[in-house]
Order: sequence, then structure tokens, then C-alpha cells
Amino acid sequence: MDWQSWLIGIVGRALAFGTPLLWGTLGEIYAERAGVVNLGVEGMMVLGAFSAFAVAQSTGHPGLGILVAALVGGGAALIHAFLTVTLRANQYVSGLALTMFGLGLAGLLGRGWEGIPLKQPLPSVTVPGLSKIPLLGPMLFEDQSILTYIGLVLAVVLWLLLYRTRWGIVLRSVGESPATADALGVNVFLVRYLAVILGGVLAGVAGGYLSVEYRPSWTEGMTAGMGWIVIALTIFAGWDPLQAIWGSLFFGALYHLSYRLQAWLPPELLKLMPYAFAILVLAIAGLSGRRRGAPGALGVPYTRGEK
Amino acid sequence: MLVMRDIVKTFPGVVANDHVSLEVQAGEIHALLGENGAGKTTLMNILYGLYRPDSGEIYVKGKRVHIRSPRDAIAHGIGMVHQHFKLVRPHTVAENVALGLAGTPFWQPARVVERGLKELSERYGLPVDPRARVWQLSAGEQQRVEILKALYRGAEILILDEPTSVLTPQETAELFKVLLHMKQEGHAVIFITHKLSEVMEVADRVTVMRRGKVVGTLPTAETDKGSLARMMVGREVVFRLSKGECRPGEEALVVEDLHALSDRGIPALRGVSFTVRRGEILGIAGVAGNGQRELVEVITGLRRAQRGRIIVLGKDLTNRSARRIADAGVAHIPEERLRMGIVPGMSIEDNLILKKHHRPPFSRGPLLQLRKVHAFAKRVIEEYDIMTPSPRTPAKLLSGGNIQRLILARELSGQPGLVVAAHPTYGLDVGATEQIRQLLIKQRDSGVGVLLVSEDLEEIMALSDRIAVMFRGEIMGIVSASEAKIEEIGLMMAGERRQQEQPS
Amino acid sequence: MRRVGPFILERRRAPSRAVVIGVSVLAVLAALLIMAIIFAGYGVNPWHAYATIGKSTLGSRYGLMEILRRTIPLLLCGVGLVIAFRAQFWNIGAEGQLLAGAVAATGVALYSGIPGPWLLPAMFGAGFLAGAVWGIIPAFLKVKLRVNDVITTLMMNYIMIYIVDWLIHGPWKGPTMRGFAYTDIFPKAAWLPTLPLSRVHWPTLVIGVAAAILAALILNRTRLGYEIRVVGESEGAARYAGINFLRVSLAVMILSGGLAGLAGVGEVAGIHHRLLSPTQVSMGYGYTAIIVAWLARGSPGVAIVTSLFFGLIFAAGDVIKTVLRMPFQVTGVFNGLILFFLIGVEPLMYWRVRLLPKGERWTGKAGSSGS
Repeated sequence: MDWQSWLIGIVGRALAFGTPLLWGTLGEIYAERAGVVNLGVEGMMVLGAFSAFAVAQSTGHPGLGILVAALVGGGAALIHAFLTVTLRANQYVSGLALTMFGLGLAGLLGRGWEGIPLKQPLPSVTVPGLSKIPLLGPMLFEDQSILTYIGLVLAVVLWLLLYRTRWGIVLRSVGESPATADALGVNVFLVRYLAVILGGVLAGVAGGYLSVEYRPSWTEGMTAGMGWIVIALTIFAGWDPLQAIWGSLFFGALYHLSYRLQAWLPPELLKLMPYAFAILVLAIAGLSGRRRGAPGALGVPYTRGEK
Repeated sequence: MLVMRDIVKTFPGVVANDHVSLEVQAGEIHALLGENGAGKTTLMNILYGLYRPDSGEIYVKGKRVHIRSPRDAIAHGIGMVHQHFKLVRPHTVAENVALGLAGTPFWQPARVVERGLKELSERYGLPVDPRARVWQLSAGEQQRVEILKALYRGAEILILDEPTSVLTPQETAELFKVLLHMKQEGHAVIFITHKLSEVMEVADRVTVMRRGKVVGTLPTAETDKGSLARMMVGREVVFRLSKGECRPGEEALVVEDLHALSDRGIPALRGVSFTVRRGEILGIAGVAGNGQRELVEVITGLRRAQRGRIIVLGKDLTNRSARRIADAGVAHIPEERLRMGIVPGMSIEDNLILKKHHRPPFSRGPLLQLRKVHAFAKRVIEEYDIMTPSPRTPAKLLSGGNIQRLILARELSGQPGLVVAAHPTYGLDVGATEQIRQLLIKQRDSGVGVLLVSEDLEEIMALSDRIAVMFRGEIMGIVSASEAKIEEIGLMMAGERRQQEQPS
Repeated sequence: MRRVGPFILERRRAPSRAVVIGVSVLAVLAALLIMAIIFAGYGVNPWHAYATIGKSTLGSRYGLMEILRRTIPLLLCGVGLVIAFRAQFWNIGAEGQLLAGAVAATGVALYSGIPGPWLLPAMFGAGFLAGAVWGIIPAFLKVKLRVNDVITTLMMNYIMIYIVDWLIHGPWKGPTMRGFAYTDIFPKAAWLPTLPLSRVHWPTLVIGVAAAILAALILNRTRLGYEIRVVGESEGAARYAGINFLRVSLAVMILSGGLAGLAGVGEVAGIHHRLLSPTQVSMGYGYTAIIVAWLARGSPGVAIVTSLFFGLIFAAGDVIKTVLRMPFQVTGVFNGLILFFLIGVEPLMYWRVRLLPKGERWTGKAGSSGS
């Protein structure tokens, strides 16, 4: 095997593996930009994965599966929004509860669906023309998921929305200083609800991608901690949608390498690599002071000054 | 222009506004005068839609209005500049103005706002760079942004809550010029304050509030400071502090060429030197944000000095831990009472041994001596007049004055050699303020060195034996309090260096 | 104060103990109610389900013993988490710390050559140490580099899961176990005694109860406990008071991780007598212990009660699987639900509901605050 096919393989697969991470991270970035940490990503992803598979399998339409996954993810996030925004519950505990609930519910409902290959997975695409470019073509434009491309475009769109538009100012202000936004007539609760729900929708799609595209089947707990990697990536990306692309690619590559290197190292040890790297990456982020990009009111429930 | 009638607002256990009525005309500056906790800010928060009144009516330009949120208030031409600025600090000035602004384009709204801001700035004499980020601006500039924000939204009624507390005397004069200009343009300005001199200087009429009720409304031309003070406090006020002559002893604190960074990593202290002797109070005056906070933190071990020396009671304690410094006899009355001074969820008892819990008699080996803690708590609660149902009550349930008494009880009961007091009476009512000032003077008279940091010039003038003025991390000059003139201190607060340094 | 229909809602500042207990029980009942709906959705009559569960757990000696054996790891992990949560340290890593303890115990049991009577104490010692080590890594990262503790402790779980997997598939795979991914069986000297005809390894239970009492003493009677409480209640005040964050965090995580490590020792030495797949060693005790601790609201003594309750839930999970033929995951759903309700009802504790006097009850608009 020459270096070219190695590189093609790694970048191509890093994209494929990085796609769910990218979707999830984009969603969490938006939720946290509004000031709400959602540790329930893992739960929303796994619910998305199961519902997408169940719908795709029973209807034969993988696209419909993804759509339902998005709705289910958004619905799960709604619970979190209600608890943390309306009832001002502890965001960490609510997120953990959502993860426990999601993993439990998906496991419960998914009993009968386990281990069956999906009849009709989401087809992968090869971009005509572009795929003929030497090296770059097969690396980026061959045999990829449409969701990969949508995810990349989404990252750019969400970045523009955040930094160049009226909505972006509102969203960032709500996360930085909700009292300021409130005093100018911004509906802080509504913005936080919408951001958290968007986060859930994207996490749902991320899960759906796993079960109807990446590994077209359903196994219990198939997200295997990806939701937590997403939380780490959000910090590492400095809450910036464009940076999320690089982070997701890097971790996608790590996941891929954990299969690629099995000839040399025991597979179990390779599998722990992404998690160890997540800690490492956060330590680096801590050293380099990247945490300073954190929204000012992150994790703090908003109460209007009434005593 | 504006009528508020019979406004009632209750919080648990307090009637913040008890049938309050207020009438403000177009083209007038109307002062709302009262002590802390008199209900001024509550009333204005109701007008601005942040609170809902329990009952009462509001009329704007003769029409009954229901203000349910700031959005409604803005729509009725009401703008408010809060005492603690409501600005998004990492954002630019233009972004702050554009936030939630109706009628701006979806794409790049800040650009359009920048153009409008320029025009408004010129018209009202409020210069500010629309592209600057708020955290880079001085307090005075941030206040201009707040006023511009309200004007950009077409505010005809502008509420300013304690606007001068963060300004130098010169900046205050500038602000008053702007307010007069606005008055001429037909705006109504409501000006919340507790400073009598400001009322007399700039307001046309004044409404005085006390304990949630209106005491009266009258034109400033027909009154004077004395009668306003009586109305405000409800009794004859004599600002009499029994203060003996200063008998300075040995050096309690020597600060030499101190340098330190702020939280954002920019220099906050740039070569500060001074001495506090036992038996004297050195007051540090200055506008907020000129390094006072950092100075206090470096002295008490909460921030690293980059350069320079701190010698406390003869010992070099530069960059020692907060615990070492406290153990060496430094008492610290912190600026942020609730965030630092107490542990809100813990009992008064537990709070009284904070900083002392690790030493005898409260601790032996790894164990706490709970019986000794009880006895100590009982004693000082009485001695310092802390009003509480029980020593086990969580500290967060105490009133502001009692929280400060708790902190003083803890800090002063250990016989310190140096007391560092930051804004010790900020936000307290007249009674508590007087008591706390007396306590500080008692410390001084018993031979303790006191470093007093305050933005309240009156307080600095009344308590200090010598006054040092800080500006941008440097000491502009140190003057003896008996010879100090307020104009001179004001000039130093604005950055003018005093010609000859007075030897201490 | 807010008016809702004929009621007045008033803020209260400090809820009484009775209110806290009442509201917590309310949360549990609400979760049970939703579970009833899930049972019904599965075609199982909820009454029948709860009756069966009650009979097979609380109603028989075997059932009671099963509750106890499930309680042991929950209690040890839960007490540890109570300590961590008191310091506002979000230790979500009890699962990994438990496994670390199990690994260390296995290493000592199989490879140390320590003679008979010293073997078990050595295993507990090693288990505590391993759990503590697994706990202090996040503590260092949090204090020194401000790395979020939730994420690191969680990642450490996954890392330990794969380490266990690797050990039982690779270097520690028992030669006598043929194709299975187990270690060899421990020598008998490494087996914990159990109560007759049960799997209750009582020495670990005793350690757990002792740990709860000791933790209560530490928190309320010692300098360390005082500093833990200050750090947890107010970071600013702790800094102001010159409390050393690193020292407190390390102490907290040594205790928290160490206790979880002891739970791991108990599981392998008391029940499995070998190291096997991580999901069999623990079944999520470390995660459930989070709820045990949250429900205990900072009191190690109360953790004894709450861990018994979740021991019951686990035992019920077994019944649900074997008798009702529903998946064990039901317990996961229940855990999530109960946590949702627990934090959801929390605001209730800060409101006092009062009926308006008769004359005023139906005046004005219902559902709006007076204006």
C-alpha cells in the first residue's frame, strides 16, 4: 500500500467518521452560545440513531429516518430546555439525566431490532467531475455521504449566522449576558429554547447518520461515547462553528486509525485512543487559554432580577 | 409626559413600593432621591418593564399603558441606563446598540448602526468609537454607550440609575452637560441618586423616597440640602464622626514599586508605592477600574505581583499565599461581600471562623473544635450587633448590613495589625454605614493600620488621615486629608499628577 | 409573589427538611407513574408488574438479599460522590474508578503472591489506591488547567472500560478459560465471605456503612470537611479564605475515587471471583450512584437510604427481566426519569402555595399575575 492510498483512506474515512461529530458539535455550540450546556448529547444521539433505523427499516426510506431522528433529537432537547430554562434546574444534572434516559429508552425500544442489517441505507455519493481530481478527488469527493457535505455547508452557514447577522448578535448576547439582552426586549427564554432544540435536532441527525449510513444497523449503545467527544470538541473549537470542522476531522481520523492500526496494537487499546485524546486536547486547550472563549453566562440559569 | 400612580410592589417580607406616585414633565430633569433600599430602583424597574407592579397605573403622554417587558417600555419611548451597565462586554459598541433593535437589516446590522451612531454622537456630544469592544472602554465611555443605546431607540424618557457613581468629578460635569442638552431637546430625564449636591446642581424637581414611600416632590429652587437630607433619612442627620487625632506609629504596610496584571492580562498596577502606618487610615480614592481592586488583591495574596515588594508589619509577604498573609495579621474586608466575604449557604457560625478555622482554638489537629466555635460565635454576634435568629442560620438570609457586620466581626476580632477595607459601606443604609465607619475608626485609634479603598469621595474625606489617588494603575499623589481640596483630588482622579510628592 | 387562580405562590428562601423529603418522594412517585405507563405500553398490567416486583424483592429472603448485594457498590460509590458533590466536583467517573479498583484487586489476587490472610486486605488497599489514582488525574487537570471535570471523569470511564477489555482479552486472559474473555478464578483466599445462601459479601457492606459514617464525620467535624464545604459553596470565598484548591480537590477525589475502587474490589472478590467484561463487573453502578448521591442531598447518612432504594431498583430490574420478560434497560429509563423529576420538582421547594381568602379567590383574571 503506497502513501497516496493511505492518505486517501485516512482523510476520506476521517470525513465519514467525523460527520456525526461535526453535526453534534455544531448543535452543542449553538446551545452553549445561548448559555445552556447540554450534557445529553449522547442520549439525544442514541435516540436519533434508534429512531432513524426503526423508521428507515419499516418504511424503506432512509431519508425519512434521518428526518424523524432530527425530530426525536429536538423533542429530547425540549425536555432539557424545559428543565433548565423554565425550571432553572442544574444543567449538568439535567443533561446527565437525558443521557441516562436516552440510552435506557433506546435500549428498551431497540431490543427487537438489534443486529439486523438495514435493507436500504442512505446511498453514498460521488461528486461527478470533482472526484476525478487526482488525490483530492478520491479523498474528498468519492463515496461520501450527502450528510457529510450538508454538515460542512451547515458549519459555514452557522458561522455566518453567528457572526454576521442580527440573529447572531441576539444569540451571542443571550449567552454572554442575558440580563442585557432582556433589558433590550429580547426574549431570553425563547432564544435559549430554540438554541437547545436546534442542538437536539443536529444531535439527532448525527445519531441517524450512524445507524442508516455509517453502520447501517442498530446496536444498543452504538454511539459509544461520541456524545461526550462532542462536548469536548465544543470546548476545543472555542465555540466556533468553523473550528468545529477541524476538530471533527481530527477525531474522525483518530476513530479511523483505531481500526487501521490493529495490525500493530491490540484493538481494545486503540479504541480508547479518542477518549484519551479528548482529555489531552482539553488539557492543551486549558494551557493555551482557549477556554476564554466560553460564553460568559454558560451554565447559569437566567432569572430576571425579581427577588 | 409621564405619570405613575399608586404603584405597589411587594417582595417577600418587604413592601418595596407602597402606593408610589410620580409625575415627570417633558424638558425636565427630575431627581429621584433616597437612601439605598428606599425603592427608587424598584420603581424604575417597574417603569422599564423589568418588574410587574402588584397594582397601580402608568400613563405616558396622557395615555394609560401596560408595560409588561422592556420591549413595551422601549416602544413607549422609555430608555434606562442601569447602575451596573447592561452591556455585552466582548461585543463591539455597534453590536451592543444593534442588539434587539427593530428595523435593522438581517445581514450585518452593525454596519448600519455604525452610521447612525456617528450622527447621534455628534448631536449630543457623546463621542465613542462604534467599533471598539466594550471591555476596552472606560466606565465613562461605557455609560455613553448606554445613553446612545437608549437614544438610538428613540427614548424620550431617559432613566439614569446612580449615573455618577463610576465617574470622576470632571466626567460628572460632562454628563450633566449632556443631560442639559437632552432637556433642551425636550426629553424627560429621571435621575436616581442619593447624592444631595447632584440633585441641587442639575435637577429641576426632586421626588424624595423613603422606605418604599414618596415623602414629597418639590422644585429644587425651593429647597436646600438640609431639608432634603431630613426628608430622605427621616431625622436630623449629623455626619459627625468621633475621630481623635492621628497618632501614626510604626509601618503597618509598605508597598514598593508594585506591578501586577489584571484578569485580562494587561498591566493594572504600574509601580505603586506607599506606606500605611499603625494608627492611621490611608484612603485610596479613584474612579472604579483604575487598579484599586488589583491593589487590594495583591496585598491580600489573591493576585500575583509581577514586580515590587509588600512588607506587612515588618515581614516581606510579597506573593505569599492568602492564608499566610491572613495569618500574619492582615484583615480583609472584601469588595464583593456575597461572592467572597461570606459563604452564603453556610451558617453564621461557620462563616465566623472562615480564615481562622485551621488554627487553634477552632481546630486541633484535623478536628474542628465545635464547642469553641459556638462560644466564639455567641460572643461576637452580641459584640458586633449581628441581628439573627440563631448562630446556625445560613448567612445568605441576613440583610446587607448584618452580612457586613458578620464580616467585620470575623476580620476585626482577631486583633489584626493591618485592615484592608474595600468599599466597606457600599450599598448599606445610613445606620449600618455609620456603625461600620465607627468600627474602622476604633481600629485606627487602637493602633491598627487601615487601608481604605472607596469610590465614595465623601467617605474617603471623612475617614482618612491621608488620601492617595489612583489613576490607571499609578498613584497620582498623596495628600493629607485635612489639607485636601475636592477639586484637587478630582483632577488627580482624572489623571493629573500632583507636583510634589508629600513624604509620608 | 404570584397569583395563579385561587392560589398565591410565595417565594421561600430556605426549605425545611420536611419539604425536601416530601418533594423528593413526590419525584419518585412521579417517575413510578410514568413507568406504569411504560409497563402498560409493553402490555404488562402495571399493578401486576409492581405487585410482582414487590413480591419478588421485598417479599422474599432471596429478594431482600439481592437488594443488599446491589446496595453495596451503590453505597460505596454514592458516599464517594456525596463528598465530591459537596465540593462541587462533578465526578461522573465512579464507574471507571470502580473498574480500576476491580483491576487492582484482580492483579493482587492473581499475581502478587501475597499469602492467605493478607490477600484480601491487600486487595482492598490496592483497590482503594487504584480508584484514587483514577480520580486524582481529573482533579489535577481541573485545578491546574481548568479542564472541565465532567468530561474528564467521563472519558476516564471509557478508557478504563477498554483497559479492562484489553486485559481480559490479552495479558490476563485465563489459560484455563478456553475461549472466554475472563481471567482465571481467584484463589479461595481472595474470596470474600457471604451471608449464607446469598451473594451479600458482608465485609464490603460493613465497609460501606463505615464509610458513610466516616464521611459524615469528615464533612461536619474536621478541617478538611469544612474546607470541602467552603469550596463547594463558594469558590470566591474559598479563594478569599486562602484555602488550597489543589489540596482539597485531591483529597476529595482520593476519597471519592478510592471508595468507588473499594466497590470494585467487592464486586470481583465477593461475586464474580475473577475479572470479566466491564459491563458484567459493574452494570452502571457508577452512574446510578450519581442519583444516589443527588437524592441524598449532600448527606452521607442519607446515602445509606438512597442506595438501598436503588439497590431495590436494580433487584427489580432482574425481576423485570426474568419474570416479566421485559428488557433490563427499563431501569435505565427509570433512572433517567427519576433524575428528571428530582430536578424538575426542585423549584417547588422554594415556593409556598397558599389559598387566597374566600372573598378574593375568583376575582381578577386567573393565571395572570395581578397588574
